[in-house]
Amino acid sequence: MLDVLYAVLVAPFKDMAGSPAFLIEVLIGGLFAGLMYSLVALGFVLIFKASGVFNFAQGVMVLFAALTLVGLLERGAPVLLALGLTTAVMVALAFAIERIVLRPLVNQEHIILFMATIGLNFFLEGFGEMLWGANVKKLDIGIPDRSFIVRGVQINQLELTAAVTSAVLVALLALFFQRTRIGRALRAVADDHEAALSLGIPLKTIWVVVWSVAGVVAIVAGLMWGAKSGVQFSLSLIALKALPVLILGGFESVPGAIVGGLIIGVGEKLGEVYWGPLVGGAIENWFAYVLALAFLLVRPQGLFGERIIERV
Amino acid sequence: MIYREAGQFKSSYADDQAIFPVVQDRVVVAAAVSAAFVVPPLVASEYWLQAVLIPFLVYALAALGLNLLTGYAGQLSLGTGGFMAVGAYSAFKLATAFPRLSIIVVFLLAGLVAAGVGILFGIPSLRIKGFYLAVATLAAQFFLIWLFNKVAWFTNYASSGTITAPDRTFFGALVTGPNSTPSARYLTALGLVAVFALVAKNLVRGRIGRSWMAIRDRDIAAEIIGVRPLRTKLLAFAISSFYCGVAGAGLVFFYLGTAETLAFDISISFLVLFMVIIGGLGSILGSFLGAAFIVLVPIVLSNAPRMVGLALPVALQKQIELMVFGGLIIFFLIVEPRGLARLWQISKEKLRLWPFPH
Repeated sequence: MLDVLYAVLVAPFKDMAGSPAFLIEVLIGGLFAGLMYSLVALGFVLIFKASGVFNFAQGVMVLFAALTLVGLLERGAPVLLALGLTTAVMVALAFAIERIVLRPLVNQEHIILFMATIGLNFFLEGFGEMLWGANVKKLDIGIPDRSFIVRGVQINQLELTAAVTSAVLVALLALFFQRTRIGRALRAVADDHEAALSLGIPLKTIWVVVWSVAGVVAIVAGLMWGAKSGVQFSLSLIALKALPVLILGGFESVPGAIVGGLIIGVGEKLGEVYWGPLVGGAIENWFAYVLALAFLLVRPQGLFGERIIERV
Repeated sequence: MIYREAGQFKSSYADDQAIFPVVQDRVVVAAAVSAAFVVPPLVASEYWLQAVLIPFLVYALAALGLNLLTGYAGQLSLGTGGFMAVGAYSAFKLATAFPRLSIIVVFLLAGLVAAGVGILFGIPSLRIKGFYLAVATLAAQFFLIWLFNKVAWFTNYASSGTITAPDRTFFGALVTGPNSTPSARYLTALGLVAVFALVAKNLVRGRIGRSWMAIRDRDIAAEIIGVRPLRTKLLAFAISSFYCGVAGAGLVFFYLGTAETLAFDISISFLVLFMVIIGGLGSILGSFLGAAFIVLVPIVLSNAPRMVGLALPVALQKQIELMVFGGLIIFFLIVEPRGLARLWQISKEKLRLWPFPH
């Protein structure tokens, strides 16, 4: 009994103190992974905020964007043109989704819309693979997957680029939301649909914009994840990785998605490296969920979620 | 003209509280159930029994369980696959550890184990709601599957990591295992499902079902009028997991024969949720209609090109199947968000007036 307690409560911390450089490496790895999770979670949050739809298809949108990008690159399009075309495809997709799926389902219960996005998930998966083929593809965006060493700590160049890109994207999104006319309209819709409608904000346009923005976020996420692990079906499963980030950060909060992602990323890496071997490893599938769950029991609305006030 | 209850008077409380108050309904249901017992074993081919009817029954049972939790008690759960796995693995452990135990007792005990696990993972529902809860139940899904993969004890240290349904008899007939006939397995599954559906129907009509619906419709108001949320929610999780656990055991014992954890992964959770929503939230009949829909559509889709004489490459066909399946789900949600059961109800209303318009 004492041995178990020692192994769980003392030994991991002793290991951490034993080699600080390794600990920092693990932490940095966790932060990078966390930023990537945040990128996916961000797409969820944007759509949930503006339309109240829990968009399960976000993961497949990432896959679809990456597939389109790789497909265009393989056919010899230059990088910038391919990026532009992919963006156009994602915007067109947003239009189609608003017109075909969301508009007929307006005012339905949340769970019905959630189900519709799972239907969308199936459809896009089949569609993307039919267009571009199902085999694993390499996405080469010209950043070498090399590591360099700063004061004894390994840093991966690709991960660093991904982190910087995510940070820039988040900053741009924040500017977009705070400073532009459309951004203000988006925030108004997120705050109160009916009030926004009565002020003359066109809800349908807002939905198209928000799904387009989520599509662009999906492109960036697809770019980063694709460069790291190849473009293949499993890319759509990162949506499942983003879910604990969501409940930790709150469905409605952009900063929550970022901070939640970082916490999950670091927590997951630490758990995997220091506690994982105790139970035989491969805990990355569920550890993040349990972490988020433990957190939720203390704060049911998530880290930055709006305070839940319930009335009868 | 045929479906009209004019002239059927209720002269006692028992009449008034009958499950099917209209005579025509009673006749149709009785005919359907007896036909289900008699006709398929006589006429259906082995393929139909094994690939269509048995999975339909197993999934209908799982959908029934999830419908009690999500449709009646309003707690969204994505952990169905995990709870089914608990049922399957405990049924396997019980059946192999106590070979003389009746298979029905094994199933019920497996359901009880699943109910216990369900209560454990239902505890967060007291604090968190809606999609937060749905994501929290994913923790159950991933953790349970990981557990069954990691701990070899659950598979009796089989090197393949799979569980296989042993041969077991019921009233002298072989009903599970590789040597049993599909019709024997079909009949046992049908008997189980029929009894469980009857129990579920009565549960939701009684005090328990009403307290579930009160919690679903407005939990704070329900709490104020004296429905205890702790007990009600955990009971919903327990009974739902019981059903799912028995369904999981049925999946291995009646349908697959041999299974690994992959048979219970997250896609099963989504599939069962689909059945519940396409069929109709908060409807016993809906669980069956939804299960029939989800089981039949992929079979029809994969056979359709061959029937019209088209030879498609396998990969392309798989992709088209996915697209059509996704499209159909969206289509049905748009046509009738309250599910197939609602469509059935509407057509019944129409039938009452037919052939007169008013």
